[in-house]
Amino acid sequence: MAKIRIPPVIRPSVGGEREVVASGATVGEVLNALAGDYPEVKTQLFADDGELNRYVNVYLNDEDVRVLDGLDTAVSDSDSLQILPAMAGGSR
Amino acid sequence: MENKPCARRFGDIVQAIGNTPLVELKSLSPKEGVRIWAKMESFNPTGSVKDRVARALIEHAEENNLIKPGQTILEPTSGNTGIALAMIAKRKGYKLKVVMPDNVTQERTQLLQMYGAEIVYSPGDQGSNGAVAMAVEMAAADPSVYMPYQYGNPANPLAHYNGTAKEILQDLDGEVDAFVAGLGTGGTLMGNARRFKEELGDRVKIVAAEPMQGEPVQGLRSLDDGFIPEIIDLTLLDRKIFVTNRDAVIWTRKLLDEEGMFVGVSSGAIASIAVRIANEMDSGNVVFIVCDDGWKYLSSGVYTLPVDEVENLDSTVWW
Repeated sequence: MAKIRIPPVIRPSVGGEREVVASGATVGEVLNALAGDYPEVKTQLFADDGELNRYVNVYLNDEDVRVLDGLDTAVSDSDSLQILPAMAGGSR
Repeated sequence: MENKPCARRFGDIVQAIGNTPLVELKSLSPKEGVRIWAKMESFNPTGSVKDRVARALIEHAEENNLIKPGQTILEPTSGNTGIALAMIAKRKGYKLKVVMPDNVTQERTQLLQMYGAEIVYSPGDQGSNGAVAMAVEMAAADPSVYMPYQYGNPANPLAHYNGTAKEILQDLDGEVDAFVAGLGTGGTLMGNARRFKEELGDRVKIVAAEPMQGEPVQGLRSLDDGFIPEIIDLTLLDRKIFVTNRDAVIWTRKLLDEEGMFVGVSSGAIASIAVRIANEMDSGNVVFIVCDDGWKYLSSGVYTLPVDEVENLDSTVWW
């Protein structure tokens, strides 16, 4: 089971938890398992086409999965996923 | 001595922007054969990489007759762009109004005031997203202002495509294997990445380091308040890695203690990723951007206090 860290903006949809676990061999499988446990999360995480919502960033440990293999990125039980809202950041 | 930093003369402070030094990090390089280079953008006149961007934004507006002398420029910023715009606007005779989160360090406010800028504060818990949203609203309501909008203006990445990247290629004779920069507006990453990929192809890996905003800064009501700068093209990135504020501060101190570099907190974060990438390579040159110097963060205690005693570590916008 991979750990998933939940940002404040999504916590109300997962009963207020900061961290939950879900199983799956890829990022997509883990997030779909999460959405199975907490149906409200589904529309927050996923767009209508099944891809990640534009303003959701998902990190495998600390790397953005969009720049890896997206929802097909492999996940092991020792990994943790971090969901973060897209925030402007950097030396602006 | 042509094109060597600090070795030319200029008729005006704005002309002295760019041509910054590229400095090797010998202590932090993890293995022989892999060399890490810091592009010291902190050497720019107001102490940050944003001097290049601010100059490009204003010159673009002037060339396209988008601003007139005396007109007010309005821009959302977490500080550095505002400070750079303020200096150039003062030199060139424009007024400047910036929208900035209220949880940046006090030095940023002082520098902006020093250069004569007007500051409008946005809610800190919304980070820079809040500043962008407020500035966009203000610009829509007041047609007399001109907003360069660094998050969507191609002049921002072009400043790096035509400046920073060329200087790095020249200083390393085209031998660049990895480039690491912070992800904010995306200007530094996109402009440099385009030039490097065009000149070097897939040989060069482009790596984004981004701030892991502390929870107190993630004050979004819903994900629809999320924000992705228009100039970002993720296909140009090979890796995108977040750095916590704690690690950023630890590495900022390492740069100071082991390399004698007094730089801002985002540069510590970027250096940590540069060293990680260097560890994964067998040979080659890793270049990373030092975005700004350390003066603007002195009041926070990041250089003197143990990291766990730095106040508001997670609620400050450091980048």
